[in-house]
Amino acid sequence: MDWFPEFFRPHLPVLVVILPLFGGLLAPFTALIRRGGGIFAWLWTALITAAVFVCATVLLYDVHTGGEAITYRLGSWPEQYGIGYTVDSLNAYVIFVVALIAFLATIYAKDSVIDEIVIDRHHLFYTVWMLAIAGLLGITVTGDTFNIYVLLEISSLTVYTLIAMGGERDRRALVASLKYLVLGSIGATFILLGIGYLLMLTGTLNMADMHAKLVEMHQAGELAGNKTVMVSFAFLMVGLSLKMALFPLHLWLPNAYTYAPSSVSALVASTATKVGVYMTFRFVFTIYGGGVFDSGEDLHFLALCASAGIVVSSFSAIRQVNVKRVLAYSSVGQIAYIVLGFSLANQDGVTASVIHIFNHAVIKGGMFMAIGAVALRMGGTSVDDIKGIGKRMPLTAAAFTVGGCGLIGVPLTAGFVSKWYLVVGTMQEGYWYLAFVVLLGGVLALIYVWRLIEMIWFHEPVDPDKEVEEAPLSMLIPMWILIGASVFFGVNASWTADSAAAAARLLLAGGM
Amino acid sequence: MSTKQPDKAGAPLQPAATRPASIPQPRGAQPPAPASQMSQQTLLRVVAKMAIPFILVFGVYVILHGELGPGGGFQGGVILAAGFILYGLVFGSDELRKRIPPKIIDSCMALGALLYACVGLVSMLRGGTFLDYGILTNGTASGNEALGMSLVEYGVGLTVCSVMITIYIQISERRATVRLEERGL
Repeated sequence: MDWFPEFFRPHLPVLVVILPLFGGLLAPFTALIRRGGGIFAWLWTALITAAVFVCATVLLYDVHTGGEAITYRLGSWPEQYGIGYTVDSLNAYVIFVVALIAFLATIYAKDSVIDEIVIDRHHLFYTVWMLAIAGLLGITVTGDTFNIYVLLEISSLTVYTLIAMGGERDRRALVASLKYLVLGSIGATFILLGIGYLLMLTGTLNMADMHAKLVEMHQAGELAGNKTVMVSFAFLMVGLSLKMALFPLHLWLPNAYTYAPSSVSALVASTATKVGVYMTFRFVFTIYGGGVFDSGEDLHFLALCASAGIVVSSFSAIRQVNVKRVLAYSSVGQIAYIVLGFSLANQDGVTASVIHIFNHAVIKGGMFMAIGAVALRMGGTSVDDIKGIGKRMPLTAAAFTVGGCGLIGVPLTAGFVSKWYLVVGTMQEGYWYLAFVVLLGGVLALIYVWRLIEMIWFHEPVDPDKEVEEAPLSMLIPMWILIGASVFFGVNASWTADSAAAAARLLLAGGM
Repeated sequence: MSTKQPDKAGAPLQPAATRPASIPQPRGAQPPAPASQMSQQTLLRVVAKMAIPFILVFGVYVILHGELGPGGGFQGGVILAAGFILYGLVFGSDELRKRIPPKIIDSCMALGALLYACVGLVSMLRGGTFLDYGILTNGTASGNEALGMSLVEYGVGLTVCSVMITIYIQISERRATVRLEERGL
């Protein structure tokens, strides 16, 4: 990757954040060229997200070849006083996933936004869209806990807005967005309280510093029975669980994903909760891990929530009549797999979690894109709308089907690789009942996916006379890139598995 | 016992001359917006017109002296916006929108944040890291620090002010929801 300008190379960690930030702030001015920005707003967004994707790729390459973390100090202040961005093999990987999905979702958004958003608001839509991407990438790149909170607020507020933009089609999007706003704000407040207690305890906001101080205190015997550290951990876990929609705290998610505009569902479903999971990794392993607690038993509660989530959300998914809602409930289940993986706190379990961040992002992103294409051509996303689309929109229907196989965990799809690692991880710890839950989740996924596949391929359309054509290329290409990736990394998982294993080793470096 | 009982309707005790001219209105007609009533009160109008310039100057003062005294971009921006909002309260938000069109406010929101980000970008392009004020110009480091801080505060002030005004205009728009229904959404 020598072609990348040498001048910008050291600035890569900050470039992935400020590119979409500048892009978002300049996007409103496309309205000066044409009312609502129109095609120019989209072109500008596509250009910026492409540049971000290039930066993320080079960053990932640099981290893997350099072998150690890249640190960037904002304003040249030392990390203890200022904000330090730290990129290691875990967040380089997550940044790459988010940037990839952001770029493809932007390409996809062109036709779906024209269809779903009022014409004179496109420039504002893309402004908020890019600010959301800036927030999500910022959370992933930063090494400062308070900075995480600030960027979390940026990404959350913009995502609420994006979901509310679905209100022009279906007014229920407004209620869904408000519900998400209330619950999301409570979650963010809890995270802030947790960070506050940590600051009180350690006197620093930098993650690496916090960890060092906590280990020091543990060795001095000050942490045993320390209420502050317990309370901070509890606040952080509840707040983070809300943000990543872990089972009992997932109630905001189904409606938010269902009524959001199609392109927003594709972006948010495959990035927002993944970034929540990434934050949990950082807090659980980077700050509290590696010699702060004597055992990982506190994580057993997460395993319990995750197991319940896999089963309950899959049963809910079976009963839904809106396809986007089926996918949303399935997302709750898939997040539960990720949480189950890292709550085992062993190498294979954490590898399964990290690998599933990528695998679920490509599978669910591709499937939400497919159902968005159906919404464009059929005007809705209920089970009646997908009946018989196998004959009318064969490429879209095929993409949906392959993605569905990935959700079930059919061999030769990416979903199989994640589940393989997860089952191995549970068996290593001797938790055969957790392995059983994982397999049960697969069976339930088979039921809700098969129900949809049957309607797509074997049912007659509700209105056979309607003229329906295949989705436009601008939707098919990103959709098939994601679905293709899910198959490619199911057959040849060496790249994802190696990256995930490296990240897992890093997280578990000090033991639990 | 007093014989001056108020009449049944409980009409306010005020001389007929100061009441708004009683033009017979058709049934179901909208009562005049409270803001337009306020602009008919001489006292409010005069006091607002006298106070607004001072509020605005004070807002600018707080922004400009943010790096030295108490205050700064955020506080100054809010004070500045308070001046505009007072104008909107007294003369009606339609009048406010005529004075500063939403297009300009929208641009100011982005421009303020852009100013902030550009300070960071300039220091990056001059060979430092993002937001490294010390090397903003060729002058002394301390002078650059002050310059960088001030520019950032001006950006914050501009954005906060225009966001505040936008929030006021949005929540004072009484027919927004009706319009959505009229469009059949």
